Amino acid sequence: MSRRKTERLLGLVVCLLSSERYLTAVQIRAAVPGYPESFEAFKRMFERDKEELRELGIPLETGSNSAFDEEPGYRIPRQAYVLPEIRLEPDEAAVLSLAARVWRQAELAGAAAGALLKLRAAGVDAEETPQPGIEPRLTAEAAFGPLWEAVRDRRPVTFAYRAPGRSEPQQRRLDPWGVVNRHGRWYVAGHDADRDALRVFRLSRIEGPVRFTGPAGSVTVPEDTDVRETVREMDTQPPAQRTALLRVRAGAGHGLRRHAASVRPDGDGWDLVETRYSDAGWYAEYLASFGRAVIAVQPTDLREAVITQLKGALA
Amino acid sequence: MTGTSPATGSARLQRLLALVPYVVSRKAVGLAETAAAFGISERELVDDLNLLWCVELRAPDPYCPIDLSYEGGEIVVSQAEQMDRPLRLAVDEASALLVALRMLAEVGAGGDALSRTIAKLEAAAGEAGVPSAQVAVQVDKIAQQAVLTQLQDALARARLVHLSYYVPGRDETTERDVDPMRLLVVEGRTYLEGWCRLAEAVRLFRLDRVLGLQVRDEPASVPAEAEPKDVDQGLYRPAPEDLQVEIELAPLGRWVAEYYPCETITELGDGWLRVKLRTPDSRWVRRLALRLGENGRVVAPADLAAQVRDDAGAALAQYD
Repeated sequence: MSRRKTERLLGLVVCLLSSERYLTAVQIRAAVPGYPESFEAFKRMFERDKEELRELGIPLETGSNSAFDEEPGYRIPRQAYVLPEIRLEPDEAAVLSLAARVWRQAELAGAAAGALLKLRAAGVDAEETPQPGIEPRLTAEAAFGPLWEAVRDRRPVTFAYRAPGRSEPQQRRLDPWGVVNRHGRWYVAGHDADRDALRVFRLSRIEGPVRFTGPAGSVTVPEDTDVRETVREMDTQPPAQRTALLRVRAGAGHGLRRHAASVRPDGDGWDLVETRYSDAGWYAEYLASFGRAVIAVQPTDLREAVITQLKGALA
Repeated sequence: MTGTSPATGSARLQRLLALVPYVVSRKAVGLAETAAAFGISERELVDDLNLLWCVELRAPDPYCPIDLSYEGGEIVVSQAEQMDRPLRLAVDEASALLVALRMLAEVGAGGDALSRTIAKLEAAAGEAGVPSAQVAVQVDKIAQQAVLTQLQDALARARLVHLSYYVPGRDETTERDVDPMRLLVVEGRTYLEGWCRLAEAVRLFRLDRVLGLQVRDEPASVPAEAEPKDVDQGLYRPAPEDLQVEIELAPLGRWVAEYYPCETITELGDGWLRVKLRTPDSRWVRRLALRLGENGRVVAPADLAAQVRDDAGAALAQYD
């Protein structure tokens, strides 16, 4: 944007903010310097300017002062423009600057910086000084930007998704309801148009671009939808109800011993360790990773699964 | 992002709209301080101030809505018309802060100031804050809240800590003295960053792998050369001297490419992948290969592939 354009837009904002009445395009051209002479060129430029102000979140209203006005007028109602009063105590301001740093280089980092700027302009003293304590960070994936926009603007999307274990990605159509970060990974939850059911997708498994397939406002999120709960349910492991009996070499298998129900010596440098698990397939993979430090004794299906796993690694 | 000057013009317009209320809310404020707050140079700031001062409206009568001065390095706005308050928060702006604040609440940082801040920000954001409810960040709850409390105490008093720390890649418990630097929450997990006296380097320790912790009386002394890790570039950044490993992954083994930073990822067809990654410790790869079973195979280096087969053979022999 050129300096002249910045000056013109600034003038336009001040002009429309200062006026109680709706101003017509002609009145605006007379008041704000920088518009071209030709009325056609002015109209085109004015259209683009209005668009730019709206993109910045400036509430540009269209209306007329009386029923007799033929030309529409414009104004920026102060009430809708200004950030309401906000006063923060020093400890609150410290928390706020910590929050602004969470996104760092991720998708919403620029938005966080913009928000902090406005809050400072409202008189909040949010210092950038790092403070002892916890520094949380969020990282985002490529699909986060478009999916956040879709959720924000309630637009349906389509994307190519590679489900675990599938060799080819499939095109999916989704009414997105929310984006959730769980255990450091991003998910989108919503209504899958093809499956006609609630589905959760992991952002890292989306391949290529996310495309909007409908206008803003065309997605309806059912009331009482808790996207966190939705993702949690999809992701939760069944409770560890099965018991495994393992032989573990003394001084090894710390990861297993930490969560063991019991540990007792079994002679010859081995311990007998009892653990709990839920899924034999998953647990067998985990046990196999300990190599010769662990032998699955019982139950038989777990023992067989570990043997299969090890044979697979041998092949 | 904060601290860098926005390159685009609309960012400048946003800055100009914030500049007047910034000064007005503080009555008078120094050029240097203001430039720092906006992340621009004093020269850019003076240019902004001149631009604001030059704004002119011509009708019905010509007038200059903004009057200001910055004599003696101090900015004073004597006339601001309707520009004395900042523009309200956009949806993205309100969401970025609210999602981050709610994440802090999950972590347990910020205490009671946090809930007050969230309430005030929600009130100030109004409608713009509503969509933020559709983004949520859940952080792993630290089972041992005591460890976190102890570490916060050690950091506040700058004390050395002793850790019993589990290293899953080697299935080992290690004992180490660490000079704490900071606590981080990255990718949903809480870490202690500190100078490890055993490794003589800056290390990250996952709190859920801390098996035991003592805060020592000895003051922490973080060496001057200890640089905090730039965690925004990824938690584990391989060093050039690390071993390069090549692994082929079946469709059910593709998760490896999602979990670990790979240098290259090549599609092999039928859902198979070939990844190259670097690691300082080949034992970690051997454990990974056993875990993958038939869903992955180490391709290179050849001796590591042979080692995996030996590991699997030795483990299998115990079932005979």
